[in-house]
Amino acid sequence: MNLLVCVSKTPDTTAKVDFSEDGKSYNESGKQFIMNPYDEWYALVRALELKESEGGEVVIINVGPASNDSILRKGLAIGADKAVRIDAEAPDALFVASQIAEYARDKDFDIIFTGKETIDYNGGILGGMLAELLDLPFVSFASKMDYHDGQATIERDVEGGVEVLKTSGKFVISASKGLAEQRIPNMRGIMMAKRKPLEVVEAVEVKTGPVVDKFELPPEKGEVKMVDPENMEELVRLLHEEAKVI
Amino acid sequence: MILIIAESKEGKFKKNAFEIATFGSRIAQETGSECAAVVLGSHENPSVLGKYGVPKVYHVNNDKLDNFDDVAYRDVITKLADELNAKLVVLPHTAEGKGLTGKLSVAMDAGCISAVNGFKVVAGELNFVKPVFSGKAFATFKAGEGKLVVSLIPNSLQIGEASGYEAEVISKEIDFRSSGIELVEKNVVTGEVPLPEAELVVSAGRGMKEPSNWGIIEELADKLGATTACSRPVSDSGWRPHHEHVGQTGIAIRPNLYIAIGISGAIQHLAGVNNSKVIVVINKDPEAPFFKAADYGVCADLFDVVPRLTEAIEKFKAENN
Ligand SMILES: Cc1cc2nc3c(=O)[nH]c(=O)nc-3n(C[C@H](O)[C@H](O)[C@H](O)COP(=O)(O)OP(=O)(O)OC[C@H]3O[C@@H](n4cnc5c(N)ncnc54)[C@H](O)[C@@H]3O)c2cc1C
Ligand SMILES: Nc1ncnc2c1ncn2[C@@H]1O[C@H](COP(=O)(O)O)[C@@H](O)[C@H]1O
Repeated sequence: MNLLVCVSKTPDTTAKVDFSEDGKSYNESGKQFIMNPYDEWYALVRALELKESEGGEVVIINVGPASNDSILRKGLAIGADKAVRIDAEAPDALFVASQIAEYARDKDFDIIFTGKETIDYNGGILGGMLAELLDLPFVSFASKMDYHDGQATIERDVEGGVEVLKTSGKFVISASKGLAEQRIPNMRGIMMAKRKPLEVVEAVEVKTGPVVDKFELPPEKGEVKMVDPENMEELVRLLHEEAKVI
Repeated sequence: MILIIAESKEGKFKKNAFEIATFGSRIAQETGSECAAVVLGSHENPSVLGKYGVPKVYHVNNDKLDNFDDVAYRDVITKLADELNAKLVVLPHTAEGKGLTGKLSVAMDAGCISAVNGFKVVAGELNFVKPVFSGKAFATFKAGEGKLVVSLIPNSLQIGEASGYEAEVISKEIDFRSSGIELVEKNVVTGEVPLPEAELVVSAGRGMKEPSNWGIIEELADKLGATTACSRPVSDSGWRPHHEHVGQTGIAIRPNLYIAIGISGAIQHLAGVNNSKVIVVINKDPEAPFFKAADYGVCADLFDVVPRLTEAIEKFKAENN
């Protein structure tokens, strides 16, 4: 099978959130960056499992500057066969989706994977955009996928439960928790990654969507009000009269 | 023209349909525009959206639209938006909405802002606000001049009942293709309010020690009329079902009240719940990080305090009914 996995770079989950003085951009200095967990733990690993059972090739792709090569190397170390970086600063999801669509258009991928969302901007829209640009259906939030004889059975998270879907065509899928189990790269994988191809492709001219006008931090939370454990009537009173939530 | 997508389930509107109607009609009011809704598939009573300020409802009544299909929904909404010359399309940031937002924006050749939780009009200009970095910050976007697709996070605003009037319902026939993806099964918990829509949530973590202790949590949730949730290690060890897992890797919720019991308050847990309006933390460790994110705290053994809280709630309900 011919599989494409879109991987993005995000600040580490515990990194401090602060912004440039004008509030226009995230302050990247001194931050640790990682591969977006949904892309690494679930999308990529499920693609690798499919390759192991069905044969074929797993290509990972990122739209970003040269500093993103580190996450592509990590993807190769986990087991991807080939990495592609489209060389551009990514201003928004439409730009990224259009670049990836341009690359994928004539390559006949059977399944294209994305993560369910990036953990920084929490957009969750890139997969849908990509599917539309390539005229493919989009299955979002997949938590399980079985694949036999060209037919995929997919479980997708919905409010309060799951849906089970079946398809035999090509599709774009976004991965949520459960789709696979995280794999840690081993020494051999890391050594092999150095010899695997990392192709840098020039970006094409495409449209971009709305960009952030301003980032802000939420107002500081007030001090917690401690309630006497012996007096739960008091807690109920506060929730009713002060917080007005019950 | 603002077109809102009103989601329904088994022929009835979901709660988020009223939120989105409220949202759309308020934007229309503040920007001097009009708001209409589209309802896809069988429906018992589309005109009820009038109560929430939406005067016109386009009903595409075709039972092939009863279940979500990204390609079919895209076709119908794109064609209707085109016909109505809609500049802004608002859909819910739900499982269905998330499957559609990106697709729709490309099909409509519109800009896209997903997962917003509010809007503001500044100097005559419409802006949308969206939580980013798992709720640790906010980003503001200018709506601009072009067409736009926006998705609204459920529970972001109080539903406003504007009046008692009924919306005009206009039946529409619109052709569509479908994705070829077949829905084989739907396993959804019934009876209980699904977690992302719940206003009151009782959540418990590893402090519960073992799954057989969950009786006191269910009892509290039941008396309060709340939905239950849990931390990740709890669902990972199979103590509770996967759909109850909240946090960065689970689902993000924003109820009016979140009661966290025996949960330490790790940053990845907070990422899914810190947009709750009010947080109550019950933990025996005064140093538990969750207290820093809480509005009300009770520092005690949960096995003592939870049954007492349940009792107090019961008493309160009896007095207030
Ligand atoms: C990338 C990543 C993603 C993650 N995503 C998530 C996520 O989505 N959701 C999530 O929840 N976690 C997530 N985690 C895990 C997270 O870091 C924490 O490990 C987890 O939230 C801890 O769960 P807990 O609070 O239930 O358990 P613990 O940390 O073990 O806390 C138990 C708490 O119960 C209290 N307690 C014990 N006994 C009692 C008693 N008798 N009475 C009162 N209090 C008591 C203790 O004082 C303690 O504070 C993630 C971790 C990583 C690295
Ligand atoms: N710059 C990028 N390059 C490649 N893939 C990306 C990029 N940004 C986002 N993605 C993919 O799109 C998914 C959803 O991203 P988003 O819509 O931005 O939340 C991510 O989980 C990645 O799989």
